[in-house]
Amino acid sequence: MTQPLAAPPDTIDLAAEYREAGVADVLDRLDAELVGLAPVKRRVREIAALLLVDRVRQRLGLNTTPPSLHMCFTGNPGTGKTTLALRMAEILQRLGYVRKGHVVAVTRDDLVGQYIGHTAPKTKDVLKRAMGGVLFIDEAYYLFRPENEKDYGQEAIEILLQVMENQRDDLVVILAGYADRMDRFFESNPGMKSRIAHHVEFPDYNNAELGQIAERMLADWNYRFDAAGRAAFDDYLRHRRAKAHFANARSVRNALDRMRLRQALRLFDGESPVATDDLQILTEADVRASRHFCPTPPTLIGQSPPDEEIDAYDPDRVPERSDY
Amino acid sequence: MRITQGAFSFLPDLTDTQIAAQIDYCLRNQWAVAIEFTDDPHPRNTYWSMWGHPMFDLQDAAGVISELNACRQSYPQHYIRVNAFDATAGWESVRLSFIVNRPSDEPGFRVVRREGIGRTLHYTLESYAVGRRPEGERYAT
Repeated sequence: MTQPLAAPPDTIDLAAEYREAGVADVLDRLDAELVGLAPVKRRVREIAALLLVDRVRQRLGLNTTPPSLHMCFTGNPGTGKTTLALRMAEILQRLGYVRKGHVVAVTRDDLVGQYIGHTAPKTKDVLKRAMGGVLFIDEAYYLFRPENEKDYGQEAIEILLQVMENQRDDLVVILAGYADRMDRFFESNPGMKSRIAHHVEFPDYNNAELGQIAERMLADWNYRFDAAGRAAFDDYLRHRRAKAHFANARSVRNALDRMRLRQALRLFDGESPVATDDLQILTEADVRASRHFCPTPPTLIGQSPPDEEIDAYDPDRVPERSDY
Repeated sequence: MRITQGAFSFLPDLTDTQIAAQIDYCLRNQWAVAIEFTDDPHPRNTYWSMWGHPMFDLQDAAGVISELNACRQSYPQHYIRVNAFDATAGWESVRLSFIVNRPSDEPGFRVVRREGIGRTLHYTLESYAVGRRPEGERYAT
């Protein structure tokens, strides 16, 4: 161990360090704004504490290896992985581990090219854009396609690994995706696994949390449920969860979007003038009209089932994204 | 003879930290940064060869510096400059350009006098290095 440069003080006020870094602010906001996700929040606190202590140690001249910051977020769709990545970037920036704190979110399409010689410039371009911030790779396992040995994904992974190793000061990489697929991805890319220090698992939301999320989303848009509508929405969540392609908060947002459409149509078809309050309130009828309440979808020829037209635009239902 | 082209060329060579600070300034102004190199540094040679593409949407100088280091590795004995292009309507031109790499030995230029009709003299510049050897080997030591 190297000798500290100046005689270090005997005690360090970590609380003061914490306040000065302005991380408390971000963590409190994380607690307040994100519903549920207790294990994730605890994990983020752990990481923030580690980085803070590390920074203090470094300043006192205590030998410490620079922490590896690359992370992996696993969890089902709609559990807040992207939102947390944004917050994580802010935390890292406040602590001085990344310079700019912006997030560049990409998927396979942004990294992997279509022909020989296309991948390397594409990947490097993305990496350059992400320098000084966080590179968030959604559904990272698609980078690796074992069934096709000519796939260019491997090339992207190699460039990525090289930068993750050599330019740790310039860039933090966060991989995200389903837990089981991510595990398989790491099995076939041990180099990637060994370079990722923090694995954070995102649990599914329960219905009460989803209800809370819905209320917050509506409040953001200046909408609200009336009492019957709220009860109906709880009912809706129970039905929706049992169906295929349930994507937690994302499904909630899509459902709310459709309910807003129904509400708009109801107001439009109803008598005018409309009360200001009515413009903000989603009623039970708006909720209950959902396709998910129909036990068997009506199959009358020439008559589309209620809501079908609107639901067709639900990204959850587009076939190529069926894994969502 | 030390070539003085672009900004900062009368100063001692910029360090990498200083170059990064200048690039950060360019990026803050949302100028697109590009790297160019040549071994024909005649003042009228406006268009140097580009190293890769101009870099758009960058937030941090680290990306440019890594490209610059790659260029230096390939062309250690060439002139390399950083250009910052402002795409704002009305400007649409290079706002900042400075040399970030130069050959270890710069023999410089000489004046060429050509006598014309009526004993008029035409003057021009000729680089010793360019006349000496073909492209790519001009500044090789």
